[in-house]
Amino acid sequence: MAETLTHIGQTEPRPTGWEGIAADWSSDQRAFKNVSWGKAMMWIFLLSDTFIFGCFLLSYMTARISTRVPWPNPSEVFALRIGGSDIPLILIAIMTFVLISSSGTMAMAVNFGYRRDRRKTAILMLLTAALGATFVGMQAFEWTKLITEGVRPWGNPWGAAQFGSSFFMITGFHGTHVTIGVIFLIIVARKVWRGDFDTGRRGFFTSRTGRYENVEIMGLYWHFVDLVWVFIFAFFYLW
Amino acid sequence: MVDITPADGIPPAEVAEVELYHPHSWWTKYVFSQDAKVIAIQYSATATGIGLVALVLSWLMRLQLGFPGTFDFITPEAYYQFITMHGMIMVIYLLTALFLGGFGNYLIPLMVGARDMVFPYVNMLSYWIYLLAVLVLVSSFFAPGGPTGAGWTLYPPQAIMSGTPGGQDWGIILMLSSLILFIIGFTMGGLNYVVTVLQGRTRGMTMMRLPLTVWGIFTATVMALLAFPALFVASVMMLLDRVLGTSFFMPAISEMGEQLPHNGGSPILFQHLFWFFGHPEVYIVALPAFGIVSDLISTHARKNIFGYRMMVWAIVGIGALSFVVWAHHMYVSGMHPYFGFFFATTTLIIAIPTAIKVYNWVLTLWRGDIHLTIPMLFALAFIVTFVNGGLTGLFLGNVVVDVPLSDTMFVVAHFHMVMGVAPILVVFGAIYHWYPKATGRMLNETLGRFHFWVTFLGAYLIFFPMHYLGLMGVPRRYAELTDMTIMTESAHHLNSFISIMAFIVGFAQMVFLFNLIWSIRHGREAGGNPWRATTLEWQTPQTPPAHGNFGKDLPIVYRWAYDYSVPGAKEDFIPQNMPGSFGPSREPA
Repeated sequence: MAETLTHIGQTEPRPTGWEGIAADWSSDQRAFKNVSWGKAMMWIFLLSDTFIFGCFLLSYMTARISTRVPWPNPSEVFALRIGGSDIPLILIAIMTFVLISSSGTMAMAVNFGYRRDRRKTAILMLLTAALGATFVGMQAFEWTKLITEGVRPWGNPWGAAQFGSSFFMITGFHGTHVTIGVIFLIIVARKVWRGDFDTGRRGFFTSRTGRYENVEIMGLYWHFVDLVWVFIFAFFYLW
Repeated sequence: MVDITPADGIPPAEVAEVELYHPHSWWTKYVFSQDAKVIAIQYSATATGIGLVALVLSWLMRLQLGFPGTFDFITPEAYYQFITMHGMIMVIYLLTALFLGGFGNYLIPLMVGARDMVFPYVNMLSYWIYLLAVLVLVSSFFAPGGPTGAGWTLYPPQAIMSGTPGGQDWGIILMLSSLILFIIGFTMGGLNYVVTVLQGRTRGMTMMRLPLTVWGIFTATVMALLAFPALFVASVMMLLDRVLGTSFFMPAISEMGEQLPHNGGSPILFQHLFWFFGHPEVYIVALPAFGIVSDLISTHARKNIFGYRMMVWAIVGIGALSFVVWAHHMYVSGMHPYFGFFFATTTLIIAIPTAIKVYNWVLTLWRGDIHLTIPMLFALAFIVTFVNGGLTGLFLGNVVVDVPLSDTMFVVAHFHMVMGVAPILVVFGAIYHWYPKATGRMLNETLGRFHFWVTFLGAYLIFFPMHYLGLMGVPRRYAELTDMTIMTESAHHLNSFISIMAFIVGFAQMVFLFNLIWSIRHGREAGGNPWRATTLEWQTPQTPPAHGNFGKDLPIVYRWAYDYSVPGAKEDFIPQNMPGSFGPSREPA
């Protein structure tokens, strides 16, 4: 059992459950034991970002339930004509599959990172980045298709103007998150490949050394972006 | 694990020390500095600079209200622009930036016993993005059509219509862009403040040994990280409405007999988003003030803070409650009466933790060894002013009383007292208190007392009469009141009187600025701990503290921050880093 020193210097078994949480929060130095600064910062950032996406989605729902004009039917709007028949939501199904898969490769990258397997970690991170880029590419395709069909932020042929506004705004904001993630995945993969986390090479901007934990922190962000997509998928495409 | 020998009952260090970035040139030392203390001063200077603009704008407004028709250059459009920019600058670019970016950066690492913020590079970026936001804001004064005149709440649809100054010009675009930049920059800094408090404390520094200043700034930062997203989203959506012609907030509407291309949007949605940010924002400004004033009172009354734990939980409780009261700003928006009932109830519940804080400040003073130093004068003035503004808050929190008072000068008087004057008094008190630490010299005492009395009495002479004007029914946001029947002869006299007082109080701030600059060279030498205070920032080996704050070894904390006048101790204060052998402690067990 893990042991800890209390504030009076005695060694005693570390309490678990709620008592453990209370003990950690009333201790000195750190409220979250064994959580590094970077990881804590990422979690708190993601909490803040959750509020941003939450506000976006709530605003979209408000617009959708309060409009008096019919809302375009997502099954028809997001259908692709393949082999002579309209398949509803096929593109979005593939996109979702790609993005969820990228979470799997990311998780594997984290695993190999902690095993110090530089090659596999870097390859899996680049694969994650490639899947993310594919997602963004397909999103660009979807945007192009909708734009050619006449969907604009200020109106569309089928109903409420807020459909196009919300769609471009929310998927655009999410796509920006994915793009930023892809860029950082490539940066961190390069650091892993070069062995920066083994040699203690300092960051160009921050002049700080990094650790393999950075792969996990990167992964937190990536899984968050995927999780947000699940909500966008459910509220925008399935509703 | 670095150090395995527990020193005097203190656990070993859990985190290895992080090597700081050591600047190589003048540029990286004073301009692109990663030292939280330099960033704090950059934040404070920028906030003060833009705050001066807002001060001048308030003078211009008072010129118009006090002496209507005398100054031709103050057109109704210009008046709206002055109002809008004054409000936005004061609330966000001055108070928020000063309390969190300024005091937060300077005090958090020093008070928790850290070398710096946890990610100094991100902290530096935070300041530069804030500066960019300020520059974008200032640029709107020079843009075609001038800055936006939509009121600081930027309510649509009027905010982006051509009848509002800047609505169809650059004003509103620059305003919204600046807000988005501010939020991005703030998030970078805010994450640093929160993680430094949670994960970067020194040995022996538990959460319940943090000075209340840190508790106030910490809670406010957490709130800001959760409240600013709503403003971010609202700004993005309104920017799209304005630039791309979407209709998030714009209903079908015609302007000058012409149908606008918008359709089906909800202006009320903007109000909800705005106030979900806007109400916590009030406490984002107030909580750091609560925290700082607690420390000022305890230090200058030479007495431990009364009910420390209650003070902490009151701060946290106010922070949590402030997220469920936002619609009390919207009683007249036509919402369901049951919502009004709900939000009035939650609003009035906030009075409980707030009253706890006020009673505890008074009880801290009770039989204390009160030194009427300048920081103490400002702290006392804060308590009085805050109670005053808080009481009118009880009026406005009730739906039936708020409806007739809504959009009158009573509201202006209320929020200026409670979130304008009260926090600013704390800012002044805090500057007089910590200036010796930041510069090594005291501020001039005579000028300081002059500044205090003129500001304190002047603020009352400005805002007290406004309550009466509001009760008479004088509306806010009106550039021209001359021909209104409610504006009696005496009301006009009162308005002129308020204006003259505003000029005098504004002038006193120039004296204060002169004092700030003059005392850097000519102030009395302060020494390391001129107030004989207990908290860690006064125990640094150098004054002003060097990069890294604490010399070779980080301090170890053995006691809470309020061991003043402990019976049996040699002196009337025992610093936090003095072990138990040095004297007894009154820390609650």
